Amino acid sequence: MKKHKIGLFIPCYIDLFYPQVGIATLELLEKLGQEVEYPAKQTCCGQPLANSGSEKEAIATYRNFVRNFQDFDYIVTPSGSCAYHVRRHYDVLEQTDAVKKVRETTYELCEFLTDILQVDDLQIRFPHKVGVHNSCHGLRGLKLASASELVEQRYSKLRRLLEKAEGIEIVELDRNDECCGFGGTFSVFEPDLSAKMGKDRISDHERNGVEVITAADMSCLMHLEGIIRRQKKQIQVKHIAEILNSNSL
Amino acid sequence: MTPHAYKAKQFLSNEPRADWHDQTLWLVRQKRDRMAAAVPEWENLRKQASLIKENVLSQLDVFLEQFETEAVKNGVTVLWAKDAAEFNRIILDIIQKHQAKNIVKSKSMLTEECGLNDFLHSRGIEVVDTDLGERIIQFRGETPSHIVLPAIHLKKEEIGETFHEKLGTEKGASDPTYLTRAARQHLREKFLAADMALTGVNFAVAETGSVVVCTNEGNADMGVHAAPVQVHCMGIEKIVPKQEHLGIFTRLLARNATGQAVTTYTSHYRKPKPGGAMYIVIVDNGRSEYLGNPKYMHSLKCIRCGGCMNTCPVYRRSGGHSYGYVIPGPIGSILAPQKNQRKYADLPFASSLCGSCSNVCPVEINIHEQLYDWRQDLTRQKRTSFVKRFSMKAAGFFLSGNARYNFVGQIARWAIRYLPHCLLYLPINAWGRERELPSAPKLSFKQWHGKRVKN
Repeated sequence: MKKHKIGLFIPCYIDLFYPQVGIATLELLEKLGQEVEYPAKQTCCGQPLANSGSEKEAIATYRNFVRNFQDFDYIVTPSGSCAYHVRRHYDVLEQTDAVKKVRETTYELCEFLTDILQVDDLQIRFPHKVGVHNSCHGLRGLKLASASELVEQRYSKLRRLLEKAEGIEIVELDRNDECCGFGGTFSVFEPDLSAKMGKDRISDHERNGVEVITAADMSCLMHLEGIIRRQKKQIQVKHIAEILNSNSL
Repeated sequence: MTPHAYKAKQFLSNEPRADWHDQTLWLVRQKRDRMAAAVPEWENLRKQASLIKENVLSQLDVFLEQFETEAVKNGVTVLWAKDAAEFNRIILDIIQKHQAKNIVKSKSMLTEECGLNDFLHSRGIEVVDTDLGERIIQFRGETPSHIVLPAIHLKKEEIGETFHEKLGTEKGASDPTYLTRAARQHLREKFLAADMALTGVNFAVAETGSVVVCTNEGNADMGVHAAPVQVHCMGIEKIVPKQEHLGIFTRLLARNATGQAVTTYTSHYRKPKPGGAMYIVIVDNGRSEYLGNPKYMHSLKCIRCGGCMNTCPVYRRSGGHSYGYVIPGPIGSILAPQKNQRKYADLPFASSLCGSCSNVCPVEINIHEQLYDWRQDLTRQKRTSFVKRFSMKAAGFFLSGNARYNFVGQIARWAIRYLPHCLLYLPINAWGRERELPSAPKLSFKQWHGKRVKN
């Protein structure tokens, strides 16, 4: 496997609240022989501000991101949403070589594994019933999987990585790619709708016998987990990096 | 709380009903998926429809004049209205000129947009809406909650009550066939007595000067055929250049709207009937303003299929009336602020930006990207709340520098770890009303990594 120089971007909420997801991502990439560096002065991609309409206030954060990540072959992050934001919305910056390079080389973890490293069998064991939550920006923005609205060949980069795991059962859902209702600050400015969308998503997974909900975005899972814990439900959430890094055979 | 968030909360307070609304529209979305999947060239059709509409918008003046010339050749009177007030006055003039007493109208979102019914009502003229859903909400004095399924917010029992009151159906009767039959009888009388028929327009063909109206109930035809005077009302964006382009749009429209292969009736109106009169009223009402705006002009490609409403996880759980604009849902949320930024500033935020609307759109309108752009513009114009703008400015400060970020992150993690539950979950914490905050492990990733490097 070709060795790349990778800049690891750990999104702010993962850094602060879900360090285990960052650790799993780092360990997994290292296991696959990659040279991974974590630029210590990184903060956030700026998405929460921009999605709330304050793109202007996010520019300084964008610049900090570019400063930290301009010297790598690839920038890899365990978040479809953040990767999409860098690629799609850093167009408001002056398009210097550094900005262009950063936008072109930022990858969500799963697509980096399937598209660049071209792995699909990670030699893992995960004997659980797993429901895949297709986070919207990864799905429709990065095209990590075919979207149910489009008439196209069905595929899923997440499933491709998961389905070789020994003992795993990937569960079919009633609504394969409906939004969980997190939506960044939508979750606090439309709290009732956001919570209702989350509850409905969880019900779908429960109804179909899922034990573990996984996704390429911890933000969706943070929202779902918040509801699960409040309602004292049994079902669990686990970022896909944790599954892919777990129980190596 | 924004008006939309407030109305959504009210809608959700009756959860079983909200679930029913969600499920009903989801079924329509599923029908649409099956129909779309049965057309292998579906995505290509969308692309073509989008390109045709873009071509139309890029030279709309030329196509509109061609359309007018051809329509006039066919013996049609073409009238132009620059805004809602002028449109309403033109319709009133036509009514007065022909001394029309009994007016029937098939579905037209444009007349809703212009408030035609209220305008005429205040002048003592009653217009009977003949689309079943429209008639139901007209009886109830409501506005449509969906552009294709205007009474989708109502249950059959409620319609039964309304019909009992207005049409004398049996009390408690809610059988759809029975109720529809009653409505049909009632409307039949209206059609037979009509001396003027109003319709909306789905497509206006520039090369022939004809207009096309799609209905499932045949009510546009019933009106137009029975009444000596027919009036078709269209926005300037309804143009398609040629007859041959129509097939692309009719194949997309019904499949995407209701999951039908085609609407039951696709009616082409070209010239007045012998001894009758035919008018086409072309309305701008603000459209040409956004035609000049490269960010938002693509919203004018919309063919009003309502597909974005059926797929929208927010719309399905908040109902059409939560938007407060005549066209609800994702497309309404990008059209409304063009009408009035202050009044509708909350609508582009009434979305999780999931992007399902753009994927469903039969003319490839980038709806979710326009929602994003509107958020930026409305914030820049200070149309959003001060609290939101201020907190984002503060967040921008803290997120843009490593030391500041680490400092605030530490505080947040400390607060979650050590503050008592009652303080963390004060009512101001909107997140915490129905959700737990994430737990904060002892070390952040950054701290863990710092230690790892040291060792």
